[in-house]
Amino acid sequence: MMEWRWDFTFEILPRMLWATGNTLLAAGVGYLIAVVVGLVLMLGQRTPSRIINVLVREAVEFIRSTPLLVQLFFVFFVAPQFGIKLSAWNSAMLTIGLHFGTYLSEVYRGALEGVPKGQWEACRALNFSTAYTYRRVVLPQAFPIALPGMGNYLVGIFKETPLLATIGVAELMHTANALGAETYRYLEPYTMVGFIFLIISLPTAMGLRRLEAAVSRAQGNTHL
Amino acid sequence: MSYWEFLAEYLPKLASGALMTIGVMICATLLAAAISILFGLMRLSRNWAFQGPATVYIEFFRGTSLLVQLYWIYYVLPLMGLTLTPFVSGVLALGLNFGAYGAEIVRGGIQSVPRGQWEAARALNLSVSQQMRSIIIPQTFPIVLPPVANLTVELLKATALVALISAVDLMFVAKQINATTWLSAQTFGTALLIYYVMARIALIPFLRWLEVLAARKVGKA
Amino acid sequence: MDTIHPQKIAQGGPLVRFADVTKSYGDLTVLDRLNLDIEQNEMVSIIGPSGSGKTTVLRVLMTLETINDGVIYVDGEPLTHMPKGTGLEFASEKYLRDRRSKIGMVFQQFNLFPHMTALQNCVEAPMKVLGLSRDQAEDRALDLLKLVGMEEKKDHHPSRLSGGQQQRVAIARALAMRPKVMLLDEVTSALDPEVIGEVLNVIRSLNSEHSLTMIMVTHQMGFAREISDRVCFFYEGKIAEQGTPDQLFDDPQNERTKQFLHAVLDAN
Repeated sequence: MMEWRWDFTFEILPRMLWATGNTLLAAGVGYLIAVVVGLVLMLGQRTPSRIINVLVREAVEFIRSTPLLVQLFFVFFVAPQFGIKLSAWNSAMLTIGLHFGTYLSEVYRGALEGVPKGQWEACRALNFSTAYTYRRVVLPQAFPIALPGMGNYLVGIFKETPLLATIGVAELMHTANALGAETYRYLEPYTMVGFIFLIISLPTAMGLRRLEAAVSRAQGNTHL
Repeated sequence: MSYWEFLAEYLPKLASGALMTIGVMICATLLAAAISILFGLMRLSRNWAFQGPATVYIEFFRGTSLLVQLYWIYYVLPLMGLTLTPFVSGVLALGLNFGAYGAEIVRGGIQSVPRGQWEAARALNLSVSQQMRSIIIPQTFPIVLPPVANLTVELLKATALVALISAVDLMFVAKQINATTWLSAQTFGTALLIYYVMARIALIPFLRWLEVLAARKVGKA
Repeated sequence: MDTIHPQKIAQGGPLVRFADVTKSYGDLTVLDRLNLDIEQNEMVSIIGPSGSGKTTVLRVLMTLETINDGVIYVDGEPLTHMPKGTGLEFASEKYLRDRRSKIGMVFQQFNLFPHMTALQNCVEAPMKVLGLSRDQAEDRALDLLKLVGMEEKKDHHPSRLSGGQQQRVAIARALAMRPKVMLLDEVTSALDPEVIGEVLNVIRSLNSEHSLTMIMVTHQMGFAREISDRVCFFYEGKIAEQGTPDQLFDDPQNERTKQFLHAVLDAN
């Protein structure tokens, strides 16, 4: 039976915290990329060209139904095969951005479809331009619908970041692995990783729920 | 080496890895289903002795990362005297993690059955367990199946993580082949295709079929 | 709280008795020390403005909600309470289950079980609760579906039935438990005007041919007048006035009753 050692815990704490910073950075940057990629993928399915729409749709389906871990390895190892130098960090951001971009594109699509058809018809009847309709009527209503999904994937990306350790991004899991290998103590590093994840993701999820409620209230939607 | 030669040489290996992936997935799905139902029902209980532990369980497993849970089970539990094989560790971590998400689906499904159904069942003097079994649970199937289908696809994808604790699944075999051949595009590309086929051509149609079946059962189709 | 002592209800006395029943949600009192007796084979209609506690009378009698004070008696024994020593205490779920089958209820929103056919809806509880065999339960259910004119649709799911048809099945389902009292909670309020008649006809025949004890909450004044032995006008959780239909509709004494009847009859 292995005993928990507090002195060791405090000894490795600085390195763990530094790694936590990297984890948060990876999640944040990955999320921003995914938010933009998602927008592109959503618009890519609403072009005038049917062929483009179908191709983008299929690409989204492919990325969504295959594992992030395998995609990570694919991007990290295949790029050099074609003479492209891609660092672990860049591979990671590219993969996360693409992978979660497909999920976010679905969130956006659902939100747009969640705006009642009658709203479009009312705008047509008032002779608003398409751009004005989007800006003043559709997007303000679509946003609160999209918000829960967008929030979920922020937390979702955060919780997937430990995978980045496998290609050598120096985030929390990678640091815990390294500490384990150096000291032969795994109990404290791995448990601390779990604990750090918990104390970040729980309040974040709670905060997001509050934000949702606030946005919903601001939209005059009181029955939520 | 052409892609066909690559396939001829390595596809059997990848296929055997895929079999392991399917095995992990089936076992983990069964475990997750059992946990989902148990903790989903506990979460709905008005008794704190049931609701409290269920809430803690669900928040804990959803709040931490699957890989962290997997490593903890595989690397830390042995330090406490419990050594599990990679397969068992993988099934356990996946089942516990996805069970927490599934429990929330079960809870939501049961809560979405209109109050009038409970009241009608009570007015007919059915006992609480009879109300659950014959009135409420059957009505939750069409509601929970679509999110359950999504979750099952996520579980299939997540099985790739067991490669990291050296269970010899599709991902593990792909890593091995990559390490000896450095034909990364072929290796990981083929692995991705196999995952895609498993999800889109086998799993998703099967789950859609279940949805249609459930909808027909409630007389909606 | 003082010990509540059970009332003695004589043989042939009222089938249902509300004795000083109070029901409140927080500060809001929905039933305010209600006293109401329903005699054997009596048809009582409850009318009144919304929020007056009409529906709550039925819901507490069906034990869908618990009461805060007072006692409800059914068939000579306490329903909401069970004996403890010489007094009474709130009934346990087990005690309720032994007695609740004496009461049947039909809901405004029908509440048929959507995953079961009309027949299955009527068979489920008699088999599970009363312990009937499938054959017995189906015989009984078919008789009742015939009574409500739904025999031909017995294998249809609720989603394929009109509102009026669903409500007739719901009446058959409640009758299949052979209740001593039937509670009808605004059973036509959710129906399209053209199908209200078919449901009222079923209730009419239950009343005239089967002389069932019924308590009906309704907005159909004409129907209440035609069918009831007694009409109770509820206001703010109490019976403000009650009497025969002729008394209440033609010669209301209470100012509230007059106002209410005016408003309702004007609207028609």
